[in-house]
Amino acid sequence: MKKIRYSTIKGNSAGYLALLALLGAFAGAGLVAAYFMEHYGHYITGMNNQIVWGTPHVFAVFLIVAASGALNTASIASVFSKTAYKPLARLSGLLAIALLAGGLMILVLDLGRADRLVVAMTYYNFKSIFAWNIILYNGFFLLVAIYLWTMMDPTMSRYTKTAGVAAFVWRLILTTGTGSIFGFLVARLAYNEAIMAPLFIVMSFAFGLAILILVTMAACKWTGRPLGDALMRRLKNLLGVFIAGTLLLLLAYHLTKLYITQYHGVEAFILRDGGVYTQLFWLGWILLGSLVPLAIVYHPAWGKNRSLIGFAATLVILGGLAAMYVIIIGGQAYPLLIFPGKEVVSSFSDGVINSYTPSLPEFALGVGGFAVALIIVALAVKVLQFLPESLADEVVDPHHK
Amino acid sequence: MTVGQLSRQCILAAGLLLALPALADETGPLAVVPKPRAEANPEFGCVRPEEDMRKHHMDYLMVHRDDTLRRGIRTRDFSLAECVNCHITPKPDGQYARFGEKEHFCSSCHTYAAVRIDCFECHRDTPDPEKVRETAQQNPHRGLAADSNHPAGIMPVSATVGEAR
Amino acid sequence: MDKKSNQTDQARRRFFGQVAAVASLTVAPGVILQQVAHARSPEEPASDKNRWGILINTNKCAEGCDACVTACQDEYGWGPNGPETRSSDLQKAQWIRKVKLTDKQTGHVQTLPLMCQHCEHPPCVDVCPTGASMKRADGIVLVDKHICIGCRYCMMACPYKARSFIHEELHDQKVNAPRGKGTVESCTLCVQRVDAGRQPACVEACPEQAMIFGDLKDPESAISRELRENGGEQIRADLGLNTGIRYQGL
Repeated sequence: MKKIRYSTIKGNSAGYLALLALLGAFAGAGLVAAYFMEHYGHYITGMNNQIVWGTPHVFAVFLIVAASGALNTASIASVFSKTAYKPLARLSGLLAIALLAGGLMILVLDLGRADRLVVAMTYYNFKSIFAWNIILYNGFFLLVAIYLWTMMDPTMSRYTKTAGVAAFVWRLILTTGTGSIFGFLVARLAYNEAIMAPLFIVMSFAFGLAILILVTMAACKWTGRPLGDALMRRLKNLLGVFIAGTLLLLLAYHLTKLYITQYHGVEAFILRDGGVYTQLFWLGWILLGSLVPLAIVYHPAWGKNRSLIGFAATLVILGGLAAMYVIIIGGQAYPLLIFPGKEVVSSFSDGVINSYTPSLPEFALGVGGFAVALIIVALAVKVLQFLPESLADEVVDPHHK
Repeated sequence: MTVGQLSRQCILAAGLLLALPALADETGPLAVVPKPRAEANPEFGCVRPEEDMRKHHMDYLMVHRDDTLRRGIRTRDFSLAECVNCHITPKPDGQYARFGEKEHFCSSCHTYAAVRIDCFECHRDTPDPEKVRETAQQNPHRGLAADSNHPAGIMPVSATVGEAR
Repeated sequence: MDKKSNQTDQARRRFFGQVAAVASLTVAPGVILQQVAHARSPEEPASDKNRWGILINTNKCAEGCDACVTACQDEYGWGPNGPETRSSDLQKAQWIRKVKLTDKQTGHVQTLPLMCQHCEHPPCVDVCPTGASMKRADGIVLVDKHICIGCRYCMMACPYKARSFIHEELHDQKVNAPRGKGTVESCTLCVQRVDAGRQPACVEACPEQAMIFGDLKDPESAISRELRENGGEQIRADLGLNTGIRYQGL
C-alpha cells in the first residue's frame, strides 16, 4: 500500500469560482431570508402556533444529523483501523464540521430572538436536552477540530486514535441528544419514543455517508484526482447497510406504535391518511429514499455504475429530507391527545389536522444552510490539505498488488 | 453569534467607548434629556439620586426584573412601568414620545450613547392611558397605585409632588 | 431600600393588614377573608407555602359563553382586536380558549376553558434550554421573556398547547402584559393580580361562578374544601404533571 499524499486544490478555475458564486448566492438568499424573519417576525413564514417548527428545522436537523454521520468514515479508519478509509478521514472530519455549522446556522437564525444567542450560551437549564445539545454541538466542533489536527500534523499522529475514539463516542452521544429532542416530548403522539435516538443515529450514518460519497465523487472529478473502484465498492456497500439499518429501526418504531391502540390514530395519519405526509413517507422516504438506492447499490451491474451510485446517494439525501419533513412537520400536524375519547372543537385548532404551507423565506434559509456547509468545504480544501491526491485502488486497498 | 450580529456588537461597543469620554466631560455635548413629570422623592427627585441612577439604573432594573418576575416582589421603586409613568412625557403635539424618538427619555440617551436596549420590544414604551398621573396632586407612582386593590395602592405617598413641566 | 425605612414600611403594612383583616371580618366574612389571606406586602416574595389553582365546574360552563376568554383578552390585549394585525389566525396568540367536547360514545357535549394548567412538573420548564420557562415558588408557571430565545421547544412539549409565539412586532402593550416579537407567552394565572391578593380575570368574569380560585395548599380555602368534598380531575392526569387547574364534570 502506498503512502497517502494530500494536497490543496488550486481553486482558481472558472468552475471553482462559479461553484462558489452559486453557493454564495444561495447562502446570501438564506441570510436575507433570516434578516426578514428577524426584522418582521415569523408571520412572514408558514410556521404558526400549531406547527411551531417548520421547513428551516427540516433542513437544520437533517444537516446536524448528517454532520455526525459524515464523521463515520474517519471513525472507521481511526477507531476500527480499516485503512482503506484512511485517505478520506480528513475530508470526513471537515464535512462533519461544515455540515454541523450549516445546520446550526439555520437553527440559530430561525430563533425568535436570534440576537440573544449569547443568552443561550450563558443560561443553561441542565434538565433540558436542548441545552445539552448546545454543549454537545460545541464539544463536537472542538473534538473534531482536534481530531483533524492530529491527522494533519505529523507530530500529533500518535494521538489520532485517541482523538478519533473521543470524537466517535461524542458523535454517538450527540445524535442521541438530537433524537432525544423528539424522543423526550411526552405530549406528542408521533414522538415520545426512546427509539428516536437510535433511529437518528442510524439515519445519520446513511445521510452523512451519502453526502460524503457525493462530495468525494465531485471533488475527484473536478480536480482530476483518481477515484478507484475498490473505495467506491466499499462506500456503496456501507451505504446499503446503513439504509437497511434505518429501515429496520423504522419498522420497529411503527410496529410498536401500531401495536398500541392509543397510537392507531397517528399511525393511520402518517401511513395512510396524511396526504402530503403519507406521500412523503412512502414515496419520498421509503421508495425513493431507501428501496431504490438499496436496489442500486446491491444490484450486480448498477452497483458498479458510478453515475448510478451518485444517483443513489442523491436519493438518500432527498429521502432524508423527506424523512425529516414527515417526522418534524407530520408529527406536529397530527393533533395532540388532550381529551381521550372526545371529539374536540375550539378556536385554537384543537382536534384538527394542523395546516402548514412552507414559505419562501423558510426554504431559502434551509437551502442557505446547505450552501454555507458546502462553501466551508470548498474553501477549506483550497487552504488546507484535506483531499488525498489519489483514491486509486493501489492507495486504498491494502491487498492491491 | 452570526458575523452580522458580531459586527453589530462590535460597532455598538466601539460607539460606547467613543461616547464615554463625552459623557464624562460635563461640558461636552450631552443628550437633551426630557424632564420627568414629577418628583418621586422630596430629597432628590427620582427614587435614587440622579447621579446614582445615571450610573446604576441598569443594575437596579436588572435586579428588579428578576425579583418581580421570578420571585413576585412588586416594590415600586425600580419598576419599569413606574419609570415610564414618570419619565415619558408628551411631545409638543401632546402625543407621548415613543421609544426611538429623541423626546423619549430612554432613547434620548440610549441613542446618543449607542447602547441598544430591548426593554420596549415587550414593555409598553408610554404610560398607560388609564393609569397615568395627570395632576400634580397625584402620586408619581401612579401605575400600581391606581390599582386600589394592590397593597401598594393604599400606601400613603411621602413625596411632595411638583409639576415638572 | 435602607433598613430603617424597610422597618417602617413593614410596620405600616402590618397595620394596614390588620385594619383590612378586621374590616373584612366585619363586612363580608367569607369572600374577602380569603382575599386577605392572599395579600402579601410588595417586597415579600411568592412562597412555596401557597400553591395557586383554579377549580372549574364544567357543568356550570355554558356553551357559547366566552366571558372568561374576553376578560383575559381585555386584561392583556390579545385576541382578534389585539395588536397582532399581520399574523394569520393560526399565528395569533391565544392565552385561553373555550373547548367544546363531544363524547365519541355517548354524544354528551360539554364546554370548558383551557389554558396553561400550571403543572407542578411542567414539561415546558423541563425542556427550556435557557430556563426562561419557569415555575414560581407558588406554582405559577411563567415565561421569563427577558431570556426567552424563541426556540419554541416549550410549545412542542406542552401537552395542553397552552403556549403561543409572537409572530410580529407589537406596540402599545398593556402595562400588565409585556409581550413582544420572537418570544413565547401563555396564561400567567394573572400573576400580578394574585400578588395583589386578587382573583384572575377569568375567574372574576365567569357569570356562572363556575371557577374557584384559591390556594391548594390551604386546606381551609374554598378551592381545597370543594375539591375535598366534590372532587376534581386533571386533564391528562395520566401524565402525572399534577396540574394547578382542576376540572369537575370532565
